[in-house]
Amino acid sequence: MSEITIKDIIKSGKVVYQKTKLMTDTALSYCPGCGHGTAHRLIMEVIEELGLENDTIGIAPVGCSVLAYEFMDVDMQEAAHGRAPALATAIKRLWPKKTVFTYQGDGDLAAIGTAETIHACNRGEKIVIIFINNGIYGMTGGQMAPTTLIGMKTSTTPYGREVSKMGNPLKITELIAQLPGTYYVTRQAVHSPSAARKAKRAIKKAFQNQLDDKPGLSFVEVVSNCNSGWKMTPLYSNEWMVENMFPFYPIGDIKVGGELVK
Amino acid sequence: MGELRLMKGNEALAEAVIRAGVDGYFGYPITPQSEVIEYLTAEKPEERTGMVVLQAESEIASINMLYGGGGTGKKVMTSSSSPGISLMQEGLSYIASAEIPIVLVNVVRGGPGLGDIQPAQSDYFQSTKGGGHGDYRLIVLGPSSVQEMSDFVPLAFDLAFKYRNPVMILSDGAIGQMMEKVELFEPIPRLTDKEIIERYPWATNGKPKGGERRILTSLDLDPAKMERHNWHLQKKYKEIEENEVRFEAINTEDADYVIVAYGSSARISQKAIQLLREKGIKTGLLRLITLWPFPYKQIEALVGQGIKGFLSVEMSAGQMVEDVRLAVNGKVKVEHFGRYGGMVHSPEEVMEALEQKIIGG
Repeated sequence: MSEITIKDIIKSGKVVYQKTKLMTDTALSYCPGCGHGTAHRLIMEVIEELGLENDTIGIAPVGCSVLAYEFMDVDMQEAAHGRAPALATAIKRLWPKKTVFTYQGDGDLAAIGTAETIHACNRGEKIVIIFINNGIYGMTGGQMAPTTLIGMKTSTTPYGREVSKMGNPLKITELIAQLPGTYYVTRQAVHSPSAARKAKRAIKKAFQNQLDDKPGLSFVEVVSNCNSGWKMTPLYSNEWMVENMFPFYPIGDIKVGGELVK
Repeated sequence: MGELRLMKGNEALAEAVIRAGVDGYFGYPITPQSEVIEYLTAEKPEERTGMVVLQAESEIASINMLYGGGGTGKKVMTSSSSPGISLMQEGLSYIASAEIPIVLVNVVRGGPGLGDIQPAQSDYFQSTKGGGHGDYRLIVLGPSSVQEMSDFVPLAFDLAFKYRNPVMILSDGAIGQMMEKVELFEPIPRLTDKEIIERYPWATNGKPKGGERRILTSLDLDPAKMERHNWHLQKKYKEIEENEVRFEAINTEDADYVIVAYGSSARISQKAIQLLREKGIKTGLLRLITLWPFPYKQIEALVGQGIKGFLSVEMSAGQMVEDVRLAVNGKVKVEHFGRYGGMVHSPEEVMEALEQKIIGG
């Protein structure tokens, strides 16, 4: 008897869902349960649906998603820690008809790259920034991030984040929404099918804004879990995220069409 | 003959940037080279050639804009002065590893730290030995006139794209600020997007239809692969060392002594060898044009020719002298002379230094 292959199990007539062809077959480097993979898939689905496969340049960050270019099947550059918006700025200025996006974590975007983030937003660069906020440094082993919640335990705040010592978590998304250069600012999540569907609509809107040459930068924060760094099961980490992250980082649009949402 | 103009070194450089068909300049103001971005913004190159000029929020941003823009196959450059160039070292290391062709200019000022705004050559180590982390090299050109501030711009881009390597024009505050006659070269048209796409298949400007995506990265978590990447870089550097050494030998044929210098120091030393010859001391000048690759073999050949001693003249506490010593390999005397911290030596001081340190010492 010959070996049973995936084609014997999944007949074309039975396919109800398949991954976008713009996700490579390389196994993801993310921990099981992490939201990065879903966020990757949503972005790549949007790029495929908008027909931008051959006109997109993506910028990967430093952090857990440093290898994003291994999974996203479009032209990619790997930036130094925090510098992705600077790379994206130049690419968009030099190739105004191409679609340019960055994919950055909280340490990359809101700590070491704060200047690059704020100034790209303030100049109104016509790019898309996807910001994954899981409140921790995953890749380096679970240290405090600029977005770590008050009281949250990390390997560098082993007794919980104390404001008197480490300051407050940085709401960078609310901050950049205040800048006239941002056109669309939203905060989403990918922990449930309905959240992922909403996040995908937001990501699509962000890329559509760029295609339509809207005046300013489109910024999508995705509040995500880090079950490894938070030392929780994947399921519990999502429950914890809903209970603890969402009250501080509320999900929804912050700025639409250049106007702050009241 | 091309158009003649009386210009500052920084202005000649800026005009050359437009004429060289550069696609983008990204910079941050710093003395003594702020004229570059001022000239570029005043000249409206977006109207002359379609070139993009952007004042970045920092030198860190400028160099990373070069990573992004250069990575798409466009001709991009920046300029700064010593403290700003220090901030760019992280980006340069990534650019060198990802093999992105870019050009940057350092109009060197006195250091260390904030130092001052007078000319210096104390960034030689930083420029020629790497500067950032990891094993890498920049190709480094040392202009010694306003003319070369202009001429080295297209040369730097030719080298950058030939080797997919960052190229630095290492100038100094004197060359940047002084005015001289300059013959401007005929404008070189910018490449069209189509030409860039055809010419540079490695560039990330949108995945080719039916083709493979391109990735520009400096990361490989597999140390064996990272070592192979390093071997590839080292092979390239070897090739550059073999093929791209540039220098000017002045009165070295009959010389007993040779001064090795570049940039402003070479100008001053040229006067010094004239004064020495008037005294009957046969001295030549090896004026370096490429600081990396360094002319080790050419200096070795001068030793074989019977040169009795070398004086490395530089506006630093003695940096290039280490390379001269490596080339001479202990066979004859090598000494350093130079003022630094923003002070500039006179031809007389250079003459006395040669007499005392090389002949008398």
